[in-house]
Amino acid sequence: MPRSRSVVAETFRVAAMVCVVCAVLVSTAAVTLRDRQRANAELDRKKNVLAAAGVIEAGSAPSADEIERRFADFSVVVVDLETGDPDPSFDATGYDPREPGTAPGATLPRPPNEAQVREVPRRTLVYERRDDAGRLELLVLPIEGQGLWARMYGYLALGPDLSTVRGLTYYQHGETPGLGGEVDNPRWRARWPGRQAFDDEGQAAIEVIRGAAGPPEDDPYRVDGLSGATITSRGVTAMLHFWLGELGFGPYLDRLRKEDSGGEAS
Amino acid sequence: MAKPRDVLLDPLFNNNPIALQVLGICSALAVTTRMETALVMSAAVVFVTTLSNVFVSTIRNLIPTNVRIIVQLTIIASLVIVVDQFLKAFLFDVSRQLSVFVGLIITNCIVMGRAEAFAMQNGPGLSAADGLGNGLGYGLLLLVVGAFREVFGSGTFFGQTVLQPVAEGGWYTPNGLMVLAPGAFFLIGLIIWALRTWKPEQVEPTEG
Repeated sequence: MPRSRSVVAETFRVAAMVCVVCAVLVSTAAVTLRDRQRANAELDRKKNVLAAAGVIEAGSAPSADEIERRFADFSVVVVDLETGDPDPSFDATGYDPREPGTAPGATLPRPPNEAQVREVPRRTLVYERRDDAGRLELLVLPIEGQGLWARMYGYLALGPDLSTVRGLTYYQHGETPGLGGEVDNPRWRARWPGRQAFDDEGQAAIEVIRGAAGPPEDDPYRVDGLSGATITSRGVTAMLHFWLGELGFGPYLDRLRKEDSGGEAS
Repeated sequence: MAKPRDVLLDPLFNNNPIALQVLGICSALAVTTRMETALVMSAAVVFVTTLSNVFVSTIRNLIPTNVRIIVQLTIIASLVIVVDQFLKAFLFDVSRQLSVFVGLIITNCIVMGRAEAFAMQNGPGLSAADGLGNGLGYGLLLLVVGAFREVFGSGTFFGQTVLQPVAEGGWYTPNGLMVLAPGAFFLIGLIIWALRTWKPEQVEPTEG
């Protein structure tokens, strides 16, 4: 039947035409905008690091130049989470620790833990600011863990004693707006600076409690809970303990402490 | 033949895609906790409904009937990807808050519905008016719902404080229901009720 064959041919012809036109449209948009999108993502990461460090106000909208200028004070350090050692041989350009790739050894499995982190990237990026003499002033660590609804991603900034919290920010979370979502409220974040992450025995001690905590001088290990968000609050505590502990940045922090005391001795 | 003016303005109140046809509810719940996201989402949907109607209408006589849905979907999906890429490049923060919901415009019944029900039968000019009208009708409802939810749920409007919440030293206790999805359900229900009281012809005849 020639007629039905021509209908089939026509169908294929139109379908192919639509596909080609649409493919050109989509790929043109994707390719022409790619550089801009990458630059946005990169700038956003720097902004989050600076916000955690307290260098810029979270929620403020500093210009790109301002962010670049402030971020220039920081150096990016590749940390091998298996050994806790820096890995200067690794080229971090374009590397995203949240997408370490699927190569064997790119991620490290983790035993069940309260933060519900099943695996961590083998190499992650931390941000250090050092003074002219090379002494550590600020250390910004990436953290992640489970909240109530979704994974929460943020940065924790520590002072030179590696225990005093300088700031905590979450740049991505799916918590209930107004309840757990208040983790990004500047007022709650302002409760963090000055608290102590580790107790005298060197154990991660900081926790988010139910209700209100005292000022940092009197109540160094506890932070006000988020009202109506018990599980989010617990998630924050769990992920801090995970990342400050042996399974997270513990070995790296130990290394930095030794380096620090070694520096004083000489 | 319908008048372009009616085609454009009908979907705002008389035949609102959300309030009368009760389509596109999913995204209306998801993106209306804040005005900014509601506005950007509205603009994205207006763009997609208008252009998808124009493109589908332009080639409506070439589209073989047996593959028409997939052809429409291809066009809509391409437009949505372009919008998504554009937002990621120029409105990075908003695009992160909208997350998957821009992508989900592809499955928004309003866009498909207008392509299939209107653009397949009408010329590009009229279809553009129809797409624009339906996009605006959707956007209007989103903005109304968004205004209530942001003001009463967070005490802000476009991020500016209007009702000083207790947590920040003011007097207003934010209504937690408003920031949760059920709050949007109640609001949309109340809006539909109000609209049908104003225009009783929208009430469906009771069955049986």
